[in-house]
Amino acid sequence: MAGIAVEARGLGKRYRLSREAPATTLPERLAQLVRAPFGGAPGEDLWALRDVGFSIPSGSAVGIIGRNGAGKSTLLKVLSRITPPTTGEVRLRGRVGSLLEVGTGFHPELSGRENIFLNGAILGMRKREIAARFDAIVAFAEVERFLDTPVKRYSSGMYVRLAFAVAAHLEPEILIVDEVLAVGDAEFQRKCLGKMGEVASGGRTVIFVSHSMPAVSALTQRVLLLDRGTCLFDGATAEGIARYRALQGGGEARPGAYEAPVGGPRANRVLAARVVTSDPGGVHRHGEPMQVEFTLDIPEPTGTLCFSCKFADAEDRNIVHLWCFDAEARFRREAGRYTLRFEVPRARLFQGRYTVRAYLSDRRTNAMFDELHGICPFEVTMDGTARDDYAWSAGDCTYLEGAAWVLAREGDVMAQRGTVAP
Amino acid sequence: MPYFCIVPALSHQYAEPPVLVIRPDSARTLGLVGDLWAFRDLLWALADRDLRLRYRQTVLGVLWVVLQPLLGALIFTFVFGVVAGLPSDGVPYFQFTFASLAGWGLFAGIVTRASGSLVQNSGLIAKVWFPRAVIPASTIPAALLDGAVALVVLLAMRLASGAMPGPSLLLAPLWVLLLVLLAFGLGLIGASLMVRYRDVQHILPVAMQLLLYASPVAYAASTVPDRYREAYLLNPVATLLEGFRASLLGTPAPGPQPVLAALAWTGLALFVGVTLFRRLERRFADVI
Repeated sequence: MAGIAVEARGLGKRYRLSREAPATTLPERLAQLVRAPFGGAPGEDLWALRDVGFSIPSGSAVGIIGRNGAGKSTLLKVLSRITPPTTGEVRLRGRVGSLLEVGTGFHPELSGRENIFLNGAILGMRKREIAARFDAIVAFAEVERFLDTPVKRYSSGMYVRLAFAVAAHLEPEILIVDEVLAVGDAEFQRKCLGKMGEVASGGRTVIFVSHSMPAVSALTQRVLLLDRGTCLFDGATAEGIARYRALQGGGEARPGAYEAPVGGPRANRVLAARVVTSDPGGVHRHGEPMQVEFTLDIPEPTGTLCFSCKFADAEDRNIVHLWCFDAEARFRREAGRYTLRFEVPRARLFQGRYTVRAYLSDRRTNAMFDELHGICPFEVTMDGTARDDYAWSAGDCTYLEGAAWVLAREGDVMAQRGTVAP
Repeated sequence: MPYFCIVPALSHQYAEPPVLVIRPDSARTLGLVGDLWAFRDLLWALADRDLRLRYRQTVLGVLWVVLQPLLGALIFTFVFGVVAGLPSDGVPYFQFTFASLAGWGLFAGIVTRASGSLVQNSGLIAKVWFPRAVIPASTIPAALLDGAVALVVLLAMRLASGAMPGPSLLLAPLWVLLLVLLAFGLGLIGASLMVRYRDVQHILPVAMQLLLYASPVAYAASTVPDRYREAYLLNPVATLLEGFRASLLGTPAPGPQPVLAALAWTGLALFVGVTLFRRLERRFADVI
């Protein structure tokens, strides 16, 4: 066992989905007990993790990748003790620090200084440890001048920097990090990656979940690829990423639609998404009106809640960005279930395959409530889009814009005019 | 087998970091005390946060700690002392209700805040691990501070009215301890249940109101007819408040029988609270 930092064997996590909605009030629960006194209603079982095993030597950095609902978050929650496994066992050698969210427990009314101590304690640091590292934390976050300002007055960049700085100075032997780089600007992301690299090269172990393949390949030599709760691949990062991409492309996701996996705590999240294409089967004819519709569950509205989505092409590049950051948006004030529809009058994506990314977050604190990648795959076709001269070919471009053209010969007064209208 | 156990390292020459084993089994009941001790810094940090936030953006700030019980006692004095004319064991009525309310406030404050604490901190529970009992326990220091301030005010009142505190004052910490333990036990039950059933949130204020009137807060227990006094055996709060007041004001102390009953109730509340909490705490993140 020497030299092994994390060892998991036969790890499974089951969520029980009762056929009836789970009882959330006492009378309902009592009624259920009367109807089925032994063990409750027969329900369906959902294994978020099933028979996952691996061992990680100390001093290495391992990435965990997979599609939405593959079980990545559940695995991190089990490793960081937030939720117990249903089967199996994990052995962790050394102090564990987990960072599943940037700024957990930050309180907007408290000052930067007060939040450093509070957040440090929440992450498991003793008071004197925090005091000893206080200056380093402040320097990393670059917030010296605002230490006694309530963090609600911080810019979102400062807020995230401070939150990451506290966690980065936890100095655990095993650091478990979820998609925290999704927030913050590029420079800050580089800084965080550097810090995590430092942790790994300093002999400590990093377990890192991300949808960002560049970040995964920069930081790790080895990845675990999860799919539907099982470990599909465990090995070199480059090969793992290739397999992940293959999964995404040939995935069994229903064309044009997405539904959130059932179970898990009730929080602000995206329940479902749908791309309304012009043709059935997730096929969209270029230039036709397109709609993207999201079902959002917002049990806890925040004053700066915002939603945005992107269309990514087959190479994972973001092509289109749509958002709703409106100060008056009702989901910022009233809890409930919402549908949010973006109506694009003329979708001008070039032919090819696309997927949707969705982000539900708090603009001020940068808390990411929900983040989805590679959902609602759809295809844009340009068959039937008139073009007489030569055929459309794949990869020509990513986006077509209507324009007017004006052609003038030097010395001539009159010019020829026409339009580019795909 | 316990859920988290530290097993000794294999026979290595050098000190090895401890190994943490995560298994599906549930935790030991008694581990709660050790957990609270190991995470005492977090307990203080959370208590400190709540105290700082409580009086932020108030004009009078910390003065409210003194003003709140004073105003409460004033209302009680008017309604029950002046209008209803209830007796108060020969102590000035204002001092009598002030002492009662200080004890009651300590008890009710812990029960109410501890019960709601997990739901209020659901963000923490879903994203970070630490012994969950730290959250309800972190409501105790604030309640104790309120109690301490009220006690100082009361003693000042006593001295001003020429009454010297007797040796029974030395028993006050004991009554306070029992009130805190009883409240913490009930708070753990409330908190465990509220994670799943938000009904508790609505039942609790009503239940506390009922308990307030079922306990001798606005009146002395000695005024209750003898044949009903036995009912106080069922209400440990009544006995503990009587005892608390006796130690401060020199009013008659409760007899051994009710005190034993109150001790038993306190033990039961703690046992049920801790057992229930330990059984359910690992699932909090899945349910909250």
